[in-house]
Formats: sequence, structure tokens, C-alpha cells
Amino acid sequence: MTTTKRETMSSPTAPALAEGQDNPKEYNPKADSRSAKRLRAVVFNVVALALVGVVLYPAVWMVASSLKPNSEIIGNPALWSENFSLDNFVTAMDGIGGVSTAQFFTNSIILAVGAVIGTVLSASVSAYAFARINFPGRNLFFGMMIATLLLPFHVVIIPQYIIFQQLGLVNTYVPLLIGKFLAADAFFVFLMVQFMRNLPRDLDEAARIDGAGHFRIFGSIMLPLMKPALISSSIFAFIWSWNDFLGPLLYLNSPEMYPLPLALRLFVDQTQSSDYGAMIAMSVLALLPVLLFFLIFQRYIVEGVSTQGLKG
Amino acid sequence: MTQTLTRRRGATSVPLARRTGPRGADVRAGYTFLLPWLLGFIVLTVGPMLSSLYLSFTNYNLFEAPKWIGFDNYVNLFSDDRFLQSVQVTLSYVVFGTPLKLAAALAVALLLNNATRGQGFYRSAFYAPSLIGASVSIAIVWKAMFGDNGPVDQGLSFFGINLGGWVGNPNMTMPMMILLTVWQFGAPMVIFLAGLKQIPTELYEAASMDGAGRVRKFVNITFPMLSPVVFFNLLLETIHAFQIFASAYIISNGEGGPAGSTLFYTLYLYLRGFSDFRMGYASAMAWLLVIVVGIITLLFFRTSKSWVHYSGDSR
Repeated sequence: MTTTKRETMSSPTAPALAEGQDNPKEYNPKADSRSAKRLRAVVFNVVALALVGVVLYPAVWMVASSLKPNSEIIGNPALWSENFSLDNFVTAMDGIGGVSTAQFFTNSIILAVGAVIGTVLSASVSAYAFARINFPGRNLFFGMMIATLLLPFHVVIIPQYIIFQQLGLVNTYVPLLIGKFLAADAFFVFLMVQFMRNLPRDLDEAARIDGAGHFRIFGSIMLPLMKPALISSSIFAFIWSWNDFLGPLLYLNSPEMYPLPLALRLFVDQTQSSDYGAMIAMSVLALLPVLLFFLIFQRYIVEGVSTQGLKG
Repeated sequence: MTQTLTRRRGATSVPLARRTGPRGADVRAGYTFLLPWLLGFIVLTVGPMLSSLYLSFTNYNLFEAPKWIGFDNYVNLFSDDRFLQSVQVTLSYVVFGTPLKLAAALAVALLLNNATRGQGFYRSAFYAPSLIGASVSIAIVWKAMFGDNGPVDQGLSFFGINLGGWVGNPNMTMPMMILLTVWQFGAPMVIFLAGLKQIPTELYEAASMDGAGRVRKFVNITFPMLSPVVFFNLLLETIHAFQIFASAYIISNGEGGPAGSTLFYTLYLYLRGFSDFRMGYASAMAWLLVIVVGIITLLFFRTSKSWVHYSGDSR
């Protein structure tokens, strides 16, 4: 199990290890090992697909249940039903507490777009300072920034709440967005610093010879080159804001301000499992944008996770 | 100031030498660019941290002025049964959930590392739950799936295991929560997979020549070479696990039940701070969490010297 693809390619002396290799022409081991290889590939795919089935089962169950009538969701383990309909979605779109689900969607979008704009602006600017400018205190601040990555943020929520309460900003979006515009999520700053450090220094120095200042260098050289990092950051900022529950729970108290996760909680509280179908349909609706994002940007998302992970 | 000036003069003659130390323009630009982060750091992190440290030594209900009570909050915590229960719930979640999740992540990464075709598909499929697992939607789905007569109950009954609904059974809520975190093994798996790709294949070739089997190769090559990634995942996932909130809140209707079996640390902190308005007490809980997480981080780094292997190029 520990063999890798490249190893099998370069060690024809150990054909037994060549599993899952789909290009047998490059090396031509004996014919019998070729069929063994094919068998291994089949076994691998059967095992992996079975695992995918298990892992994706809850998601499939969720979608199937959202289409089933209430009586068939609990007590009927079959995923397929002859009574599939969109009735649950019609109920779910009515919303809850006198607010339509469209309004909850709008609220979620406002918060998520605000989070993306704030994060991209503030994190890129701060990352430029850490990665490209030499000034006293930089390393100290960088260390502190890294430390906040590991800090349980619960230690700041109480005083933050008190501050925003005294400023009369509770039940507005300010407490939920201000941190995004002040690069409070160190993850994004760190991601961009790492990305910028891999850009060649010669670019800045050439620009400097031409008399460009830091603002020019940042705006016309760094930002365009940072596009991949900006895209991954935007995707994650959007999804995290979209799924955020604690922030809105703390700061928002009128339902017409609620984003979807809070609306869902309200739905659960008020219907109390009497209308499972509509509840699950609304859960599906709330996840839809995240799933769409994932389908469109999966490369960026998965690559982003694997590269930023390794740099840690 | 004079130092900066002389440096600046020196710098004008050699404008590109970075070794000559910061130039005045750099200092100004540096702090200008850093301003958003610095402001956020002071106003949203350092200030509130100090303030919650102070509050943790007081009685404060948001409406009257804080009253200094010394270490009372911290002392009282240890005779608060609900607090002790939240510690126990959270620790069992961290201690069992995190290693299981990482073991699943590593096992699947090793499996996928053999694939030449379709790896991208499998990687994405396994990663997907990590993106949605902590959401309210999935908590609702989990609750329905593990409820009375839900698909889990029915599936187990089919095999003659009659547990009933897990949601209402205090003995089964923890396994249910652990399954929810293990389900999200995709994120550490993706990182493991990237780490596995970095291992030089020559090592395995040499080992094969020496007649090493798979187990030997895993113990002597794969694990040591992967250990920095294991360390990274272990540290991050552990710290993360301490902070689980939304799923526990939704599954227990914000109460931590049944019988306190889902009263996670952060949930109890939230209830104390924002529904009982005992903000001094909640601050003490928050600081205790910071201290514990800090100690764990430190222990991880200390012990890492004995098992994390940094080869020159893996950085």
C-alpha cells in the first residue's frame, strides 16, 4: 500500500508492486503480471467506490429525503420513492417567522460577498507588508499573526460583544463584517504571505529601479500575479461566511436580518420535527451554493488545501 | 531617528541592497500596508483578550459594572458539575474523534496514493464532507439520520442490532458526534496525499532492493517522511476539535442534552455567557480553554522532536 506510482514505473524488477498502473506499455512486465495489475485496478476501484458510497450517503439521503413526502422520510430507508415531488421545497421557500426564504438567501449573500471583499482587500495588503517590505517589528508581528491562527477565538467573543453592544451595533452586520476588513482571519493572511514569498523578487527590484514605490509594486505587479491565491481565499471566505453560525447567533436578533443557518435553527425550533420534509429541503437549499461552488471550483479548493497545508 | 537617516543616506547610494536594513520609506510603507491587520489585531484580538482576562476575575452581567472577585470564577468552575461534564464531553470527543479521523484520513490517502486514474475524482468526493460537515444543514440531517427509525437505526436493526435512536440516548450521542467528525476526514486526507507525493521514490527503490516488505517500508520510510504532515494535521485537528459548536448546538437544541451528553465546552461557555449573562464566568472558561490549548500546543512541539522527522528539503 505504500508504493507510489513513480516507484513502480522505475522499478521493473518488482512487478508485483505495480498496482493500479494504467499505462502498461511504458514498461512491459510479463503478461501474467499485466492481468494481475488489471485485477488490482479493479479491486482498487471497487473498494474506493464503495467508500465513496458510504461517505456520500448522508448527502444523497439528504437530497432524497427533501423530495419525499413526510411519511416516507423516517421509517423508510429506501432512497428512492415513487412519490418524489418538490412540495417540500415549496413549503421551505415560504420561509419562517414571517420572513421569506428568499430574504434569508439575500442576507446570506450580502454577508458572504462582504466577507469576500473585506478578506481579499485586507489580507492581500497585510500579506504584502509581511512578505515584501522590510521594517522593524515585522518578524514579531508575523509571529503574533501565526499565534492567532491557533488561538481559540472564544476568548475574544465576550469582550467583542460588549464593545459592539455599547456602540449600538448589535443586530447590524457590522460586527460580522468588520473583522473581515481588518484581516482578523489570520489564515488568509498566512496563505497570501506564503504565496507571495514564492513570487520572484527580481520583479519588485526591477520595478524599484524604474522608480516604482510599494503602492505601484503592490497594485500593478503583485496583485495580478496573486490571482490564484486571491481566488482560493475568496472561495473559502465565501463558504465560511455562508456556513457561519456562531457569529450571527450572537449578534442578530430580528429574523429579517437572519442568514440561512440562523433561519434553519428558527425553523427547527418552531416546527420541531413535525415537518421533517420542509426542514431537510431548507437544509438542501442552504447548502446549494456551497455545493455549486465546490463543483465549479473543486480544483482550486482541493489544491488550495493541499498546498497551504504543506507549507505549515 | 538619526540612525534611520544615516541608513537612508547609505541606502540611496545602494538602493537595492536589502541587507543594509530598513529604509525610512520602507518603514512607512510597511506600517501603512500592515495597518488593517494591525488595527484588527489590537482592537479585535489583543484588546478583547486583555479585557476578558480582567472580566474573568469579576462578576459581570452586562448591565451592572463588573465586580472584582479574584479567583472565585476559576475556583467555582471546579465545583460546577455542568462544567466538569462539559470538560469530560469535550475531552472524550477530542481524544477519540481526532485520532480516528486522522487514521481514516491516512488510510484513505495511502489507498488513493496507489491510484493512477480517477485520483482527482476520489479526492474531491472524499473532501466534500469537510466543506459542509460543520454546517447547520448537516447537523439537521445527522439528527434525522440518527433519530428513532432513521436510516441508521433501521440499517442496524436489519443486522439485529436494536439501539433505537442515537439522538435521544446519552450513551450514543458521543459516538454519533465522533462519526460526524470522522466523516470529515477529507481535509486532512488531502494534506496527507500531498505529503505522500513529496516522498522521494528512490527511498522505496532502495528499500525494495534490500528486500523490505510493505510494513517495513511504511514504518521506516512513509511514516517518518510524512511525520511533519502528521504533526501539522494532529495539531490543527486537535485545536479545532476543542472548538466544535454549531453541530452540538443544533443536535441538542442548544441545550447540550440528553443528560448533558452533548454539552461541549464551547456550548456551555455560550450558555453561561449569553443566556445566563454570567460573562465573568464565561470569560474564565474562555481563558482556561486558551491555557489548555496553549499547553497542548507546547507539548506537541516538545514531543515532536522525538517523532517528527524534518529532512532538509521537506520544508
